[in-house]
Amino acid sequence: MTFYALFVPFIAALFAPALTRVFKHNAAWILALAPAGLFVHYLGYVEGVSQGERFTGGYPWIPSFNVNFSWLVDGLSLTFALLITGIGTLIVLYSGGYLKGHRHQGRFFSFILMFMGSMQGLVLSDSFLMLFVFWELTSITSFLLIGFNHAAERSRRAALQALVVTGLGGLSLLAGLLLIRNITGLSELSLLLSSGDLLRDSPFFIAAFVLVLGGAFTKSAQFPFHFWLPNAMEAPTPVSAYLHSATMVKAGVYLLMRLNPVMGDTVAWETVLPVFGGATLIAGTLLAMRQTDLKLMLAYTTMASLGLLVMLTGFGTEKAIEGAVLYLISHSMFKGGLFMVAGNVDHESGTRDISKVSGLRRAMPITFAAALLAAFSMGGLPPFFGFLAKEEIYAGLAFGDTWSVVFTIVAIVGNGLMFAIGFAVALKPFLGRKVVAPKDVHEGPVLLVAGPAVLALGGLVSALFSGAFHDWFSSPMASAVTGHAAEVTITVVPHVGLPLYLSLATIALGIASYVAIAPVRTAMASLLTGFGWGPDRGFDQVIAGIVRLSGAVTRFIQNGRLEAYITVTFVLMVLAILVPMGIAGEWPSMPAFPHLFFYEWAVILIAAIGLFAVIMAKDRLTAIVSLGVQGFAVAVLFMLMGAPDLSFTQFMVETLSVVILALAMTRLRLSPQDHRAPVQRVFDGAIALAAGGAFTLLLLRVLEVDLDMSLTEFFNTYSLQVAHGRNIVNVILVDFRGIDTFGEIAVVMVSGLAILALIRVLPKRSRSALTEPPAPPPEAARTAEAIHAEVREAN
Amino acid sequence: MRTLIFRTVAPYLASLMILFSIFVLLRGHNEPGGGFIGGLIAASALAIYGIAFGVSPVRRAIRFHPMALSGFGLFLAAIAGILSFFSGVPFLTGLWIYPSIFGVDLALSTPMLFDIGVYFVVFGAITSTALALEERERD
Amino acid sequence: METAITILTGLFFATSIYLMLSRHIIRILLGVAILGNAVNLTIFTNGRITREAPPIIPDHAAVPEGVIANPLPQALVLTAIVISFSFFAFLLVLVFRSYQEIGTDDTDEMREAEPRDEPAPPLGY
Repeated sequence: MTFYALFVPFIAALFAPALTRVFKHNAAWILALAPAGLFVHYLGYVEGVSQGERFTGGYPWIPSFNVNFSWLVDGLSLTFALLITGIGTLIVLYSGGYLKGHRHQGRFFSFILMFMGSMQGLVLSDSFLMLFVFWELTSITSFLLIGFNHAAERSRRAALQALVVTGLGGLSLLAGLLLIRNITGLSELSLLLSSGDLLRDSPFFIAAFVLVLGGAFTKSAQFPFHFWLPNAMEAPTPVSAYLHSATMVKAGVYLLMRLNPVMGDTVAWETVLPVFGGATLIAGTLLAMRQTDLKLMLAYTTMASLGLLVMLTGFGTEKAIEGAVLYLISHSMFKGGLFMVAGNVDHESGTRDISKVSGLRRAMPITFAAALLAAFSMGGLPPFFGFLAKEEIYAGLAFGDTWSVVFTIVAIVGNGLMFAIGFAVALKPFLGRKVVAPKDVHEGPVLLVAGPAVLALGGLVSALFSGAFHDWFSSPMASAVTGHAAEVTITVVPHVGLPLYLSLATIALGIASYVAIAPVRTAMASLLTGFGWGPDRGFDQVIAGIVRLSGAVTRFIQNGRLEAYITVTFVLMVLAILVPMGIAGEWPSMPAFPHLFFYEWAVILIAAIGLFAVIMAKDRLTAIVSLGVQGFAVAVLFMLMGAPDLSFTQFMVETLSVVILALAMTRLRLSPQDHRAPVQRVFDGAIALAAGGAFTLLLLRVLEVDLDMSLTEFFNTYSLQVAHGRNIVNVILVDFRGIDTFGEIAVVMVSGLAILALIRVLPKRSRSALTEPPAPPPEAARTAEAIHAEVREAN
Repeated sequence: MRTLIFRTVAPYLASLMILFSIFVLLRGHNEPGGGFIGGLIAASALAIYGIAFGVSPVRRAIRFHPMALSGFGLFLAAIAGILSFFSGVPFLTGLWIYPSIFGVDLALSTPMLFDIGVYFVVFGAITSTALALEERERD
Repeated sequence: METAITILTGLFFATSIYLMLSRHIIRILLGVAILGNAVNLTIFTNGRITREAPPIIPDHAAVPEGVIANPLPQALVLTAIVISFSFFAFLLVLVFRSYQEIGTDDTDEMREAEPRDEPAPPLGY
């Protein structure tokens, strides 16, 4: 079942354009059945997983390399799969409303379903290779979705940036996974989870760790690889809500959580992750404070949240992991909801700049309510799920030592600022005086409000029924991440203690920041302007540098001078022959002086004279005749060497060559004379002689080796018995190696077609200027019409 | 090139060469010869005829466009290969039959059909090239 | 015999490469024609050389009698001759047409595809 489930979104993607053509935006209702069905399918696993079971399955994929197509369902992947399919259902519906009437809506559905399939595959993969393939598929589908509005250069840039950054990260991940495979000999995550020590004790652990982090940090937009995420907001809002908050950017976090039992509990893990995560958290919130665009504010807080998750994953306490698990679930719900709210505001009012839009509460009551609920969760207020997450985070961080105090402060600052931004997004567009919007504002249709409403309510319901929720989802997931049974017990009833005080401090900081948001924004803006350079501009510079470099290299290598190409080719050819011979000391021994009959000498001499005459020819006729001479000499040589078939063929070919060469050359004022400067001639002559010498030496050496005649023996023996032919050459051609000949005659025919096409292309300018006066026509007088008729007939 | 002698001799020469090319083609399986060389001889025959009388008489004489003949040859060669399938043997396996017509034993085979295909491909492609180049003369 | 043919083959290669290194298309064309012969001779010589004994089974025998020439390289060379001729014809027509269109026989002047001062590639996205 799960095997087929992996393909369901891709199949739905296949039918999406056709369905959209028939049902317009209402196709969303049909297409949403795919993720909804998958959601129900995964719910079926909940009971087993909550009892600590782990489901795996698969088929051999490349058995010779021990690569399997295998999947793994445990607490971690199940929760992710439910989030992906559950939120995916809402997103498909939301896209139906958001892109209603867009001419490429079908394509959009197709892309988003493909992404869903990739993401689902990523979290369910058990084998490393499958993980990598789906990982890259999410990068590619993300590229397609960010660049959906491909007519705008900003979209194209954002899409390319995301692809380059996450693609490079993907390669790093591949290297890391292969290294892990080499160290442990395992290629399945489910087996690796119980063999962490094997990896941790390896001298290559740090290398594997850094490579895997390269994948996770780029995908999850950790500082300093964060810059692609805000730019990705060029995508339509459903994409931002789905990929860039709820699912894809969490793939990196997923990977870290997945590997926590394997790589965790090491100094590197518990230093690098919190430091980078904390830096991302602070940078993200500060950058978010500066923005006025709803989506950008949310994008930077997403980056901050991802930093928080990474920090918690690497902090090393069980409570911190539980906090990360709870925060991940609540973040997916409130951030997805808030993005859709931002999309609704944008869709209905035509702007998403909080300094330009306000007072929409009456026009959009449901959206406003959803925004408020989501903001409560984001701010970590009871009785919402975000509150549980925050309590657990502080319980996991707050200890006495300096290290913990630092990260506790980081978390308080980050959470406080996110509180402010969450409420800014939820309140500013709706409260205050109603401004005149670019268009008449009213509540969106069901398709648009269902998503945010369900997700916002989810944050409330899951907190109110936290006992069951923890049993089904949080505890199994936390167990999978920590690697041993863990139980999440936190409820909405506040316990008086340190975490509660820290929460209150966060809220106080949040309210203060909300009030002071305008001056903070100005301060941040001037600070960043003063700073100037950032990784975003750095990306432009790198790309421009690559383009310039490749342009320069191309102009240098492909300089348009044919003789340069040919010179390089032949010099390298000479080196390729002579250098290995020299290194291996395989020079041929001096051959004995050949004893030939005088007529054989004569033929060889004629061939040599023909060659010499071609080189020295001063006019066309000499050149053509000399070419014929060397060709006929070769024909005679073939005859002398017992190859009558070759001889006849060579003879005919040389005749025809001379004929067509004469036909063409007498039409052109072309001289075969050498125009090269003497120095150039000497240089070219040296290359040519070196090449000739190299081939002679090579051939002499080859002739010293015994030839394997078994193939020849075979042909000699069976030519008559099996193929009923006495001419062995012909039998080889038409019978033994008939398929070769078949290919070759096809080449002959195609070249004939190409010649015909080339000759029939009408010249751009008059030919008479370049060709010599035409010979008198054989038939006395032919009208132009007759010639045209003939050409038509010929064609 | 278009002397009276040449123009008088050319038709006979060309017909003889065509005849000879067919002879070379058919004897190819047992003695020197075959489709390649036969096709080349036939193409030279038409080239000579074309030089003597111009291109359009040649085109009229062979009725079909030379590239069509070439394509026909490739088709024959493919048929020779595909016939093998009907006997349940791999592509291009040689099949032989010995029908007796008017008391004469004939040896017919798919390799022979294949060789005839080769003949037509070479003949057509090279004739087409030669005629196209000769046609240039009168532009 | 083989030694002599080997040296002759080297001479064929030297001549054809010398011609191809020229900037003038007619000389390049002649070089390509000779290169075909050079390669054919190489293949042929690789299969060892015997004098005057074509690989044909006599009427009364079922397998060849005595020493015969190696038929395998002959079969390879036979098709190679025809193919190199097709290639030569194509190149000839290409030369012919390009001379008509571009009006030069100097490959350095043929700049349709690789212009002399090609602008730098665009830096946008």
